[in-house]
Amino acid sequence: MAILTLREALNQAMSEEMERDPSVFLMGEEVAEYDGAYKVSKGMLAKFGPMRVVDSPISEAGFAGLGVGAAMCGLRPIIEMMTWNFAIQAFDQIINHAAKMLYMSGGQYKVPMVIRGPHGAAHMLSAQHSQCVDHMLVNCPGLKIISTIDPADAKGLMKSAIRDDNTVLFLESEMLYGRSGEVPDGEHIVPIGVGVVKRPGSDVTLVAWNKMVLLAQDVATELEKEGISVEIIDPRTLMPLDEEIIFNSVRKTNRLVVLEEGWGVASFGCHIVDRVVKECFDDLDAPPERVTNLFVPMPYNERLEHEVMPTAERTIAAIKAVLYK
Amino acid sequence: MTQKLSNQLLVAFYKEMLLGRRLEERIGQLYVQQKFSGFCHLYIGQEAVSTGCLNAIRKGQDYVITGYRDHVAPVVLGMDPGVMIAELLGKVTGCARGKGGSMHMFSEKHRFMGGHGIVGGQVPLAAGAGWKIKYNKEDLVSLCFLGDAASNQGQFHEALNMAAIWDLPCIFIIENNKYGMGTAISRTCSLSNLSDRAKAYNMRQAVVDGRNVVNTYNQMKEIVEETRKTSKPILVEIQTYRFRGHSVSDPGNYRTKEEVEKERSRDCLVLLKETMLAQKAAKEDDFEKFEEEIADKVDAAVAFAEDSPEPELDELYKHVLV
Ligand SMILES: Cc1ncc(C[n+]2csc(CCOP(=O)(O)OP(=O)(O)O)c2C)c(N)n1
Repeated sequence: MAILTLREALNQAMSEEMERDPSVFLMGEEVAEYDGAYKVSKGMLAKFGPMRVVDSPISEAGFAGLGVGAAMCGLRPIIEMMTWNFAIQAFDQIINHAAKMLYMSGGQYKVPMVIRGPHGAAHMLSAQHSQCVDHMLVNCPGLKIISTIDPADAKGLMKSAIRDDNTVLFLESEMLYGRSGEVPDGEHIVPIGVGVVKRPGSDVTLVAWNKMVLLAQDVATELEKEGISVEIIDPRTLMPLDEEIIFNSVRKTNRLVVLEEGWGVASFGCHIVDRVVKECFDDLDAPPERVTNLFVPMPYNERLEHEVMPTAERTIAAIKAVLYK
Repeated sequence: MTQKLSNQLLVAFYKEMLLGRRLEERIGQLYVQQKFSGFCHLYIGQEAVSTGCLNAIRKGQDYVITGYRDHVAPVVLGMDPGVMIAELLGKVTGCARGKGGSMHMFSEKHRFMGGHGIVGGQVPLAAGAGWKIKYNKEDLVSLCFLGDAASNQGQFHEALNMAAIWDLPCIFIIENNKYGMGTAISRTCSLSNLSDRAKAYNMRQAVVDGRNVVNTYNQMKEIVEETRKTSKPILVEIQTYRFRGHSVSDPGNYRTKEEVEKERSRDCLVLLKETMLAQKAAKEDDFEKFEEEIADKVDAAVAFAEDSPEPELDELYKHVLV
């Protein structure tokens, strides 16, 4: 096993799949000659040439739509969005075209495409550059959505995403491209729709994904000192969601906290709580809690930005609330 | 177009451009010293565009909007540089109370509709200002700055079409600095003359040499008056160059040294200085005085910003809704 950064793991997954399947190509702003705005596609132009690693104009709706058309005709595009904030310009293509094509055509037209890029807040980029898009996309049927920052998971899930015959959205984090971890060499596949127990525990289930997993781990370590044992579940895939892994954990701990970056109104955390309340009602010893961004656009000022994001304090308070401590 | 400007105007333009330049050099230093974070896109090299265009309009009455490379335009429009830097540092005295930062300067008082972080997103907003002007039968124009690469965006084309069919008094200004981040415009646009995009909308078009502030000002003056009179939009391509990378963290390796040196040899400040000396608008030692005067202004601006308080936490929920 090699130690790779998140960006290297994604690069490896895309490169291996492009070597395996000539119909896979990568397109996006700055992906080729610049090696990617966050250097995720470093060296890929040299390896695959300009027909397979393609610099696009700044036309998100345009090149996302081009991806949909190419996928309908048998290619397997990977579309890099410099960040998902800008992909909002392409939501028409993603929601009205990619997600519904198979359904509307009665199963005739598949759209096997991956759209990937970082999302969420980075650092002091203000409101237009800091959005989490999970909740905006999860309620549209026809899409698979992956959200991870773990290098090994990212490699394995990216390979699955590229091979998947559906449109798969892949949510990364620009702050964590340089974070490293062990990544299996070669054919390492992680199936879409399977969550993982990041840390076993017995007192409370804490569901977290993407960069919130790191906060969850810090909080769990902190609470261990007080004798509170936190089980962390990372679903890795938001759609389809591995509900069983969450239900099983709640049946064991009897308590649930969902920790998510992004706004909390009608969020993905609401969906998880809804499913758990329905399926594990008798197992719950306390009403579930959610920790989310505050319901304001992201301010630029650093202190205010920290305040908006989920904090360790708020997460600990939520955990103590479900423990009645 | 070759019309001479008064000595007084030349001096004013020089000081304005010098202020923009020195402010941004200081901003670059503050960034490297980690006095603030986020993105920092400098405008160095393009100063003659702001000065030439914004002095051709009625400041404070005509509407102005731009993208994220937005430190200089509001200052040329009259914003206190201290208030601009305070915004950069995230202070509550900043023009957006520390909530907008580098990419989102705003000043309603100066009719500056902002810096915008989504490439091309500001262009339909400029059409909206044009619509308001026409709706109220006002004697004003709407000035929209965008980058060369932004003219590849769908929103740009939709906005131009609407401005054209409804005769909106909009002046769309492509500041062609030849690159969108690391990608040369020639690789993303099939036209070599970006103002030709106007043809698709049966719109007037113009090309301006944006290094020469005298030309820029004279040409823009005509364009603004024509637009005010006819309420017909126009697409202007202003040729310029950014001397630094796309942002402070971009070394700009996609450009050759020779190219950058060649472009720097046509520095708008140097060109204007030559004109002023030739026209005897100023003597050699006047330029030292200009530098001193501007250095004091920059120092005062930074001191004001650094001494300003951070926003209180309750600022978070202010301005989410009215
Ligand atoms: C919709 C959107 N896509 C991508 C980006 C990332 N991005 C920021 S600036 C930029 C280049 C824009 O170049 P140009 O319009 O020529 O303006 P310049 O930087 O030259 O002033 C890109 C791709 C963005 N901010 N918004």
